[in-house]
Amino acid sequence: MEFEDLKELIELLKDTDITELQIEKEGSKVKIKREKTLSPIEMPIHKSPVLREKIVAEDEEAQRLVTVTSPIVGTFYRSPTPDGSPFVEVGIKVNKGQVLCIIEAMKLMNEIESDVDGIVVKILVENGHPVEYGEPLFLIEPI
Amino acid sequence: MKLFKKVLIANRGEIALRINRACRELGIKTVAVYSDVDKESLHVRLADESVCIGPANPTQSYLNIPAILTAAEITDSDAIHPGYGFLSENYHFAEACTTSGITFIGPTPENIRLGGDKAKARQTMKRKGVPVVSGSDGPVPNEESAVKIAKKIGFPIVLKASAGGGGHGMRIVREEKDLEQAFYMAQREALTAFGNSEIYIEEYIPEMRHIEVQIMADSKGNTIHLSERDCSIQRRHQKLIEESPSPVSSTEKFKKRLGELGVKAARAIKYRNVGTVEFIVDSKGNIYFIEMNTRIQVEHPVTEAVTGIDIIKEQIKLAAGFPLEYKQNQIKLSGHAIECRINAEDPERFIPSPGKITFLSLPGGPGVRVDTAIYDGYLIPSHYDSLIAKLIVHGKNREEAITKMKRALDEFIIEGVNTTIPFHKKVMNNTDFISGNFNTNFVEKINSSIQENT
Repeated sequence: MEFEDLKELIELLKDTDITELQIEKEGSKVKIKREKTLSPIEMPIHKSPVLREKIVAEDEEAQRLVTVTSPIVGTFYRSPTPDGSPFVEVGIKVNKGQVLCIIEAMKLMNEIESDVDGIVVKILVENGHPVEYGEPLFLIEPI
Repeated sequence: MKLFKKVLIANRGEIALRINRACRELGIKTVAVYSDVDKESLHVRLADESVCIGPANPTQSYLNIPAILTAAEITDSDAIHPGYGFLSENYHFAEACTTSGITFIGPTPENIRLGGDKAKARQTMKRKGVPVVSGSDGPVPNEESAVKIAKKIGFPIVLKASAGGGGHGMRIVREEKDLEQAFYMAQREALTAFGNSEIYIEEYIPEMRHIEVQIMADSKGNTIHLSERDCSIQRRHQKLIEESPSPVSSTEKFKKRLGELGVKAARAIKYRNVGTVEFIVDSKGNIYFIEMNTRIQVEHPVTEAVTGIDIIKEQIKLAAGFPLEYKQNQIKLSGHAIECRINAEDPERFIPSPGKITFLSLPGGPGVRVDTAIYDGYLIPSHYDSLIAKLIVHGKNREEAITKMKRALDEFIIEGVNTTIPFHKKVMNNTDFISGNFNTNFVEKINSSIQENT
C-alpha cells in the first residue's frame, strides 16, 4: 500500500466512529487503530439510548457524590440507642458537622459527622455490621 | 485442651505470613489486620479474613491497641499473635487482651513488664544466681553515683537505658572525665526515645559475642531450652546474620552450661510461653546475662532448622494451655544453620531503599528456606522496617552451611530495589567469618576495611 493511500485512509477514518480497521490487499496488510478512550458523552451510536443514559448518569453521579468513610474499625450503628430512630435516612438533608451514625469500638461510641451540606443518597452498610478503616458508609450529594 | 478457633495476627510482612502458615497447619482460622498501604500484602491475601485498621502510620494502625482489639471483637477472634516488634512487648496490650477475654499468644504481662525493665531484670537475675556483667544494682539515680559505681567497676563502662533494649540507648564511656556529661545526655536521650530516663551501668566487654538461648515453658512452669544462636554479626546493634550452634560453642560442656543458664534465667522470672535469653560471652568464655527477649524473634528459623521443631506452632499450642510436648533430653541438635537477613537497603551504606520489586527469583534446593512476604511486582512501603526476606540454610556442618549460603545468595535475584545481598556474599567469603573468629565488632571492621580500599 502506498503512503498516499494510507494518508487518505486515515483521513477518511477520522470522520467516522470506526476505532480499528484492518485491510489485506495484494499480500500487504495494514491495521489502523484509533486509541481514544470514550468519555460518557461520546458513546458509539450503536449503544441503546437507555444504556447510554444509565452509563452517563453513573459517571456523573460518581463524580458528584461525596463518600463518607469510616475513620476507625468498629461496628456501625444507625441510631444513638438500640431502639432509637436512625440519625439519618435516604433523602434527608444534612448539614456539615451533623452526626450521621455511630461507630462503636471498645465500648466507645464514636459519632461520625458529615463533611458537607447535602442530601443522603445511599446508606452503604447495614445496622450492626462491622466496618473497617476506610470503609464507605454513606453517599451524600452536596448542595 | 482445645486449640483456638481463630487467631488475629497483629503484625505485618514476613512474620505475619509465618504466623498464618502455622495457624493454617493447625487448622486455625486467621484474621489479618493491615494498614491501608498494606492492602496488597501477601499475608492479607492468604488469611481467611482481613480488616483494615488504619492508615500507614504505625501509631494509628499496627500500634493502635483499640483498633486491633476492636478488629478481634468484630471477627470473633479468640487469640491474638503479636509477632515481633510493634505490640509484642507492650505489657498494656497483653493485659488489655486478657481483659477483653482474648488470649495473648506470648508470655504473661508480668514477664513482659520485667523483661522491659532491663535494670530490674539484671538485678533479679543476679539475685537468683544467674551471672551478670559487673555493674550497678538497678538504675543509677544521679551523676555522683554513676561516678562512684564506674570507678568501682573500672573503665570503660557502658551506660544503658533501662527501658531501652536491642542496643538502643547505649553509650560507651572510656574515661572518668567524660562520665558526667555522658550520663546527663544518656538520661535525656532515654527520656525522649523510651519515655523513661532510667540509666544503669555495666562494665564494657570489648570483644564480646552475642549468644542467645531459645527457651520454651508451659503454663505449669516446665521449661526447656532449644539451644543457642550466635548473633554477633550486627551493625549498630541490629542483627544481620545469625547461626546455630555458635562457632565458639565448641564443647558439650559449654553448650550445656549455656542452655542451663537460659533455663535458670527463665525460671527465675517464672517465664511462660516462648522467649529468648540474651547473653554475652567474653574472650575467656565467661557467660553473662544481658537481657530477656519476651517474644518470638526474627531469627527463630535458625533454631527450627537445627532442632526440627516448629516454634510458632509450639507457641500457639502453649498459649492454648497445652503442656510442653518435649522433654529436655529429647532436644537434639542436628547440623548447622545460618540465616541472612535481607533488607531493602543500600548494601554499603545501609540506607533504606523502598520501591517496587520488578523481578524476583527465590533460591531453593536442599537445605534452603526463604521466609518472605514479597512477590514480583510488590511495592515495598517506606513506613516500616526494611527487612524483606530471611534466607536460612541448613547443612550438616558449618562448612557446608556456608557453601550452601553462598550458592543460595547467588541464586537470589531481587530487582527494582537495593538489597543487602551483596553484603552477605562478602561476609560469606570473609576469612574471619569462615574461621568463626569474630565478635560484635565484625561488621564495623569489614566496613572500614572496605572504605580503606576504595
